Amino acid sequence: MIRYTATRLISLCISLIVASLVIFTVVEVFPGDPAAYMLGVNAQPDTVAALRAELGLDMSRPARYLAWVSGMVQGDFGQSYTYRTPVSQMIMDRIWVSLPLALFALVLTVLIAFPAGIYAASRRGGAGDIGVMGATQLGVAIPNFWFAMILVLIFAIHLRWFSAGGFPGWDKGLWPGIKALILPAVALALPQAAILSRVMRSSLLDMLGEDFIRTARAKGLSRRQALWRHALRNAMIPVLTIIGLQFSFLLAGGIVIEQVFFLPGLGRLIFQAISARDLIVVESVVMLLVFLVIVVNFAVDIAYAAVDPRLRVRR
Amino acid sequence: MTLLAVQGLNVSIRAVQILHEVTLEVAAGEVVAITGESGSGKSMTALAVMGLLPDRSMATGRVVLDGADLLALSEAQMCSIRGRDIGMVFQEPMTALNPVQTIGAQVAETIRIHEGIGKAQAWTRARDMLARVGLPEARFPLTRYPHELSGGQRQRVVIAMAIALRPKLLIADEPTTALDVTTQAHILDLLRDLASEFGMGLLMITHDLAVVAQMADRIVVMQKGRVAETGPTAQLFAAMKHPYTRALFAASAHRVNLPPAPAPVPLLQVRGVTRTYRQPRRSLFGPRAVVDAVADVSFTLHKGERLGLVGESGCGKSTLTRAILGLEDVQAGEITLNGAPVWSANRSNLAVRRQMQVVFQDPYGSFNPRHRVSRLITEPFHLLPHPPQGEVRDAAIARALTDVGLSPDDAHKYIHEFSGGQRQRIAIARALINDPDLIVFDEAVSALDVSVRAQVLDLLADLCRKRPLSYLFISHDLHVVHSVTDRVMVMQAGRIVEQGVTEEVFGNPQHAYTKTLLAAAPRLPEIGGISHVT
Amino acid sequence: MTVPRGLIAGAGLAILFIAGALLSFLWTPYDILTLSIPDRLQPPSAAHWLGTDHLGRDMLSMVMMGARTSIAVALLAVGIGMGLGVPLGLWAAARRGSLLDEVIMRGNDLIFAFPSLVIAILITAVFGAGAMNAIIAIGIFNIPVFARLTRGAALSFWARDFILAARVSGKSPARISVEHILPNIANLMIVQGTIQFSLGILAEAALSYIGLGAQPPMASWGRMLADAQTLVSIAPHVALVPGFAIILLVLGLNLMGDGLRDMLDPRIRVARV
Repeated sequence: MIRYTATRLISLCISLIVASLVIFTVVEVFPGDPAAYMLGVNAQPDTVAALRAELGLDMSRPARYLAWVSGMVQGDFGQSYTYRTPVSQMIMDRIWVSLPLALFALVLTVLIAFPAGIYAASRRGGAGDIGVMGATQLGVAIPNFWFAMILVLIFAIHLRWFSAGGFPGWDKGLWPGIKALILPAVALALPQAAILSRVMRSSLLDMLGEDFIRTARAKGLSRRQALWRHALRNAMIPVLTIIGLQFSFLLAGGIVIEQVFFLPGLGRLIFQAISARDLIVVESVVMLLVFLVIVVNFAVDIAYAAVDPRLRVRR
Repeated sequence: MTLLAVQGLNVSIRAVQILHEVTLEVAAGEVVAITGESGSGKSMTALAVMGLLPDRSMATGRVVLDGADLLALSEAQMCSIRGRDIGMVFQEPMTALNPVQTIGAQVAETIRIHEGIGKAQAWTRARDMLARVGLPEARFPLTRYPHELSGGQRQRVVIAMAIALRPKLLIADEPTTALDVTTQAHILDLLRDLASEFGMGLLMITHDLAVVAQMADRIVVMQKGRVAETGPTAQLFAAMKHPYTRALFAASAHRVNLPPAPAPVPLLQVRGVTRTYRQPRRSLFGPRAVVDAVADVSFTLHKGERLGLVGESGCGKSTLTRAILGLEDVQAGEITLNGAPVWSANRSNLAVRRQMQVVFQDPYGSFNPRHRVSRLITEPFHLLPHPPQGEVRDAAIARALTDVGLSPDDAHKYIHEFSGGQRQRIAIARALINDPDLIVFDEAVSALDVSVRAQVLDLLADLCRKRPLSYLFISHDLHVVHSVTDRVMVMQAGRIVEQGVTEEVFGNPQHAYTKTLLAAAPRLPEIGGISHVT
Repeated sequence: MTVPRGLIAGAGLAILFIAGALLSFLWTPYDILTLSIPDRLQPPSAAHWLGTDHLGRDMLSMVMMGARTSIAVALLAVGIGMGLGVPLGLWAAARRGSLLDEVIMRGNDLIFAFPSLVIAILITAVFGAGAMNAIIAIGIFNIPVFARLTRGAALSFWARDFILAARVSGKSPARISVEHILPNIANLMIVQGTIQFSLGILAEAALSYIGLGAQPPMASWGRMLADAQTLVSIAPHVALVPGFAIILLVLGLNLMGDGLRDMLDPRIRVARV
């Protein structure tokens, strides 16, 4: 188990290094000189040079990469080109909207998908199964941001149960904050829940066809007992993979949903940064998103080993 | 006293009738074997008794256990009977256990589900049961997972689960088919001992007549979903009233008539071959353990000779086969065919390889399902510098198919149109197409029913009369190797421990391992009129 | 071989949209470049079957033009994913356990850490927005999907005896991959391709909704929804029409994918991510 965790940890570090290299290359090597962009075409060369020095752009690329990475490790993401404020500060203000939203949506996804998938699998071919499968077929086809607009139309504009957007901030208390995230989280979660229910169902059905289920039935377990005691834990292995992938979709999808609900999250930050060509902000936010995805996938790998004893010794 | 009485059992799946009026009885303490070829309905009978038939199947008739008709019981009532009154052991121990639960938990579950006792108590009894089936806790802690055990050990766990509550009836469906012969002997002994110790009725399903003869008090022979013949073992073998029983026995005892081998001229020479594999690292930066899959193996196969290679799984047979076929290089030693190395200058020597071909075990996995027979059997033409085209090619296809007893018209069919036996014939046709000197048979008849196997073995004898062929016949089945080879080699743990003329090795084994193997192999009874071996 | 009902329904929907997209090259009910402010936000009527938008443009014509963008982007993205992912997967499987296999698979894992939206953000930040970004972003994300699926399926074939027979016949791994493995995994790729196509439609809509995809004057369903956002309470049809267009096309493609799988090979397992 320790060895397994260690190898996964090494692989996590390698992924992070390669990801940071990719992002740095795309953002810093391709587009030319950010200082010139920021000051416009009419800027004096010496003004540009001064800005370059201030932003650290006069260093060599490897040196800049190292400075960027070592800064990030210490929590220093550099200065925003546009606002001249620390990027880490800008991110910290926003991440407390985006991260709770993604986690909230993930919890909803699992809470909806597990019962739905297990229910459908246990009633394979029956009316309940067909009903759930039909609903998920539709759920998979619905774009989350459109669904968000419809939710706003119904629950905010017509029923007035929620506000149509905006975020009060966590300092106003836990409930107002959560309330503001309910509609966005539901909009994000439902299509993903539809996908996860289908994965849960088919994975369970696969397991129910395995020999060890027949063995369990021969011991005197009912179908239901065999499903809960033997099929479910084995079925979790593919389901965990999908949950790991879905987290990245929820995080990225949050960027879109934030637009619908005018939430002050990372999405808003990144769009402002793109239109202002504030590349250091774009670079840092993208790196942060990728970091979160990689860490979650590491957690999924560890969860695998908890579920599957075969992994603890191999690899 | 009758424990289980199956009376007039009919089973149909989706309106196709699988079992017709099956009737049989098992008494307490009695071992009854159901035997027959694939599709005879023997496994379906067992599943019907268990009430575990596939979905959408219908069972009529009566299955009476201790006076109660099981077919009339509700699913909930059956659940309380399964595991408590009837235990079941399955064929494939590798997949029969839940991979994510410990063996202790899986054995204890049988007890807990029926008796509702606490975990500690159930585990104590599971510990005793595992010890009884030969897995004492000192060497096999209850916290082991299935993947940490061998196939034979896993089968013991399955048996412990099945007998944990000392059921009245134990059903064993091909319990040793997936196991090696020495392991098979141990498991069969265990089953028989348990049956007499617990006074259980044992209903055993097996295709192997030798196992049947050795184990059963009474035999039920099934054919195409019907009971062909039934009776006490000795009587049934003595009388064999039903023609199918006779045919089955004759096919099981079948010996092919090989032409005499010509004077020894070396064809395939294997000298000091060693092939090692590096195991995955045990610790992150630790050294990788090296395992000798094949260690210092030397032998010579002569022209026109049929040479056998026997050994249990993991003994290195497959590795040696791959090296001979030139699919993998070896670390030490040399393999030559007609004096030329199969592997030279770091690559496989195609000119040598076209002189040999191979027939594999699995008649279903050996062919690309998307190609027609003509394309399938001409694949070895790829080894030729100038593959035949047009009429020459068609003639070669026709000749190969005719030689294996098929029609030239079969060339245009797809592989799914053929039965298992026909597929093995097509595999042989593919091996013949280049007129090779050597054909390697890698468990080539192991997956076939006895009657089909007898026909394929006859075909092999026939072919080496017609063509100047040599065979390397690799199998775990001692009887088959005995009947189809001139000389035999016994392999254990990567080494050849004994080799010699087949009759001598089988009649008077020298090495301890050979003796163990031969002693473990079940034998058909001696019956006047029908010759038999091993 | 019976044709599943879902396949017929799904293919019907997909063909309807593809036909509409193709027809838009020749004819649309109205010219979408002509603005008509007096006619804006009209509900569906005989003149405008699906109503008009905030600039008075005919929604049916917009949906037809948008279908063109969606289908083109999604199709090209599937092309990129398949074109690169399948060969990579075959190559990795042919050299299973080797360093190359490891590099390809770890590379795939890495791409999975970059959701297509994040790739689109990066590309847009550097090169500016456009439909091409959407194609590249979605296409890159499709590569590991196909590579993993191909490798997994190919490995199961590499373990089969007929591959060993081909090796005994002296065929090279590359030749075996093309001659024996590719035809046997083609069904799987067709089914997965359909699913990725539908996911591409959704991704394209999301990207153009947030302004990272198709730019005006190119019509796109995502942009139509972005325009509709502030008007949805006054004229719900401006949001409902493109929304339903997306749902119906995606639903049709998914039904088609599932139907194809049932018809071609029920054992195929589709990855839906």
